[in-house]
Amino acid sequence: MVTAQVAMATPLNIDVLAGMGFAVPGEATANDLVVAIRVESDEVLADALSAAESALAPTARAEPGAEPRAGEEAPPRTTAGALRRLGDGSRAVPEAGGGALVLVSVPGEYATVEAMDALDGGRDVMVFSDNVPVEQEVALKQAAAKRGLLVMGPDCGTAVVGGVGLGFANAVRPGPVGIVAASGTGCQQLLCLLDRAGVGVSNALGVGGRDLSEAVAGISTTAAMTRLDADPAVDLIVVVSKPPAPSVERRVRALADTLETPVELALLGAGQPDLTAAAERVLERLGRPVPTWPVAGQARQARHPRQPARRTARRTARRTARRAAGGDLLRGLFVGGTLCDEAMLVAGESLGPIRSNIPLSPELALGPALTADTHLMVDFGDDALTGGRAHPMIDPTLRLEHLARVAADERTGVILLDVVLGHGAEPDPAAALAPALAEVTQPVVVTVVGSGLDPQDRDHQVAALVAAGAEVHLSNAGATRRAVELLADQSGSAR
Amino acid sequence: MSAPESVVSVGVELFADAVERQSLPVTRVDWRPPAQGTAADLATIATDPLRAGANAKALAAMLEVQALLVDVLPASEAVGLEPGRFLHAGPPIEWERASGPLRGALMGAAAYEGLVDDPDDAVEGFASGRYAMEPCHHHATVGPMAGVVSPTMWMFVLEDPRTGRRTHCTLNEGLGKVLRYGAYSPDVIRRLTWMSDVLGPLLQQAVRRSGPVDVTGILTQMLQMGDEAHNRNRAGTLMLLRDLGPAMVESGDRADVAEALRFVGGNDHFFLNLAMPACKLALDAARDIEGSTMVVAMARNGTDFGIQVSGTGDEWFTGPAQLADGLYLGDYGPDDANPDIGDSAITETAGLGGFAMATAPAIVRFVGGTVTDALATTRRMGEITLGANPRWSVPVLDFQGVPSGIDVSLVCRTGILPQINTGMAGKRAGVGQVGAGLVTPPAEIFGMALAGLAARTRLRSASTAPG
Repeated sequence: MVTAQVAMATPLNIDVLAGMGFAVPGEATANDLVVAIRVESDEVLADALSAAESALAPTARAEPGAEPRAGEEAPPRTTAGALRRLGDGSRAVPEAGGGALVLVSVPGEYATVEAMDALDGGRDVMVFSDNVPVEQEVALKQAAAKRGLLVMGPDCGTAVVGGVGLGFANAVRPGPVGIVAASGTGCQQLLCLLDRAGVGVSNALGVGGRDLSEAVAGISTTAAMTRLDADPAVDLIVVVSKPPAPSVERRVRALADTLETPVELALLGAGQPDLTAAAERVLERLGRPVPTWPVAGQARQARHPRQPARRTARRTARRTARRAAGGDLLRGLFVGGTLCDEAMLVAGESLGPIRSNIPLSPELALGPALTADTHLMVDFGDDALTGGRAHPMIDPTLRLEHLARVAADERTGVILLDVVLGHGAEPDPAAALAPALAEVTQPVVVTVVGSGLDPQDRDHQVAALVAAGAEVHLSNAGATRRAVELLADQSGSAR
Repeated sequence: MSAPESVVSVGVELFADAVERQSLPVTRVDWRPPAQGTAADLATIATDPLRAGANAKALAAMLEVQALLVDVLPASEAVGLEPGRFLHAGPPIEWERASGPLRGALMGAAAYEGLVDDPDDAVEGFASGRYAMEPCHHHATVGPMAGVVSPTMWMFVLEDPRTGRRTHCTLNEGLGKVLRYGAYSPDVIRRLTWMSDVLGPLLQQAVRRSGPVDVTGILTQMLQMGDEAHNRNRAGTLMLLRDLGPAMVESGDRADVAEALRFVGGNDHFFLNLAMPACKLALDAARDIEGSTMVVAMARNGTDFGIQVSGTGDEWFTGPAQLADGLYLGDYGPDDANPDIGDSAITETAGLGGFAMATAPAIVRFVGGTVTDALATTRRMGEITLGANPRWSVPVLDFQGVPSGIDVSLVCRTGILPQINTGMAGKRAGVGQVGAGLVTPPAEIFGMALAGLAARTRLRSASTAPG
């Protein structure tokens, strides 16, 4: 076989296939799986086709209408059907939670329908799905408000409800802080920093990145704040978000003034404190000591490429041949959008504007190739890159490809990465990342967003990355400052 | 805030796994993408502020109806049908597109009415439009198979005592070579004549003497006795005889009564023609509720399968009627069968027939299935319905009510089509019944209804938008 690619026919994948020289049938949509194979002979083609078929066979779905085995009840086909089976006893009590909670992670265009089933059934709902049209988000949240229910999302990556982690959430102890988060990884960073300082969080309610926009007007943020205020176990409410629309910020501040529970607004933006500073402020308000944020390992200085390991083959050899150490550019590759944002804000203070696929201002936008001859930071969790593929916290393939690419670029001086642990994330991210880092010649700084209770075993993850030559931080702002410092060392008087 | 007691997860399995690892029970939804091109309409309907209330109202209205048999009358009196006018099953259709069995039944009815001597001579009258043909559903009527009603045929008159609304259906002729299956031989016409001369008047006297018969109540009981009220009506038929027998004996000529009792008792499907109008009476109460996505009629004319939906008024959404899958009588085979025909799918629309399959294990062999299929079918229909009928319960499913109120949106989301138990008519006019089996509507008509509902929702929200 010469080459093969199996992918959903999303616009992105179609481009990729076109780049490989395949003509994708015009009728293929994001709901179709494209199997593209280039072979030398018909014989090989037949083998390839039968291999593809047998690979698909075990996961083939039964036709709609297929019968279950005798006496067995088929699983429910809609959220409404599932809730009907659970019965009315599983309804949430608005203000108190409890009951059954619905978690929606179907493709965005179908998410609203499932989420409405939850609201019709009297349940709170978390919508992980992204790409939900904003008018549907508004309609959903208005329907929830009418029923006294909470919609977390759409595009809500993280929630902790009564100690249960949903989506991508770190395992943390219960405690006095209640979080309302318009940002998933921002919330995770805060959870892990507070955890390190010995402060627990029982509830972290995600609201979706657009909740504090003019259009959505903070419907879920205000509902979540009110819920947390009603909970006597919450001593401090922290709202984590990018700066809201001014009218919405006024509304949130006005509500905060009426609540019995004090509210800390952690708004991430230019001139605002970073997440680590926000965590420190929370600790101060609680009268708790601020610890020294942990750093493990020390980024090694740039070195000349080793002889590549046998299995990495000719390609790496070709790249390393025209690579020299000592580049002057910072390259950040992130799975967390807020972590990427924060890194751009922090690094931007000394490096100036940074190009990105989620740029701080439009003129800094990257093209679809995600490359530039400048400092750059890429968020692989961005909607545009997750259509038709799993989130990079689950499937690291895309970021690893780009890691190899930036490492091969002679202008890359320092590489900045994040690794996000917790429920929902891949079981052993270091397993794929550490060997890839071992091939990198530039200094590498990694933020590991994780708690001691996370299922991935944080200490093991950190140790594996350190062994591969990385310097590992818990604070993303700290990691970014360190990367900037290394870059200065690296490029000498280049800047 | 307290922790959730359980989580319902729809979408990525990994998130369900992660919750389960935290020792919380998870109900996983077996979600599959809806039909291509329906996403926007489904979301529009899901977020329609009227929908939930409208559907609750439609379902409650349907479940509230009590159908009483209050009279038996000729069609001319019952629905004001004039000479030269005929009713038929299904959505509207013109003679040119009418199927063999529908044509056969209309021709036979014309001969029975004395409009022609030879049924074959009636073709010109229908083709030219001299004889008018209209859907039963447009005249508060339902008809099994071809569903042909002519002015002198006698009809059951059912009434909801709370509202006084009425529905109607002809008397059932039995199985095999009968008019409703498109047969029109002299025997068929003779039987129809006896029914209007003897059976109709006798039943009328009996009903008037004994007082109204609670058809909804009999349906409740027959579901506990192995009838699903579409392809099996044996218990219902015997209960009707039990209720009307004494009054028939008191009011009629001995020989006539004996023949009538023999005829009714020998026709296990006699009660179907009471079950159907009882279902229509219930469903008509759910019509015309703005925002409701509940199906209020499913009907076939042998060419088209049509549905009507509460929130879209009298509009029919139609597509090609399908061939049933089942067992054939004698030497008949698939080549002999006509596509699906009849208003009898009104029983499924109301939660009976295929939807109540679990309660009728005896019937599964007649329609070519297994008991396991029957249980699964009733449960599967629960995925596309708004609720359950507490009155009509299924003992073997722990007295769960039959799934009721087909939701256009749920059909489109799941791709699960309503399961209909049906008889099969021969495709050539005059042949009669060739078998029985299971059939579904064409999937596309639910997409059409969905689009119609979504268009109305958008229009409404545009006209009520502030500013």
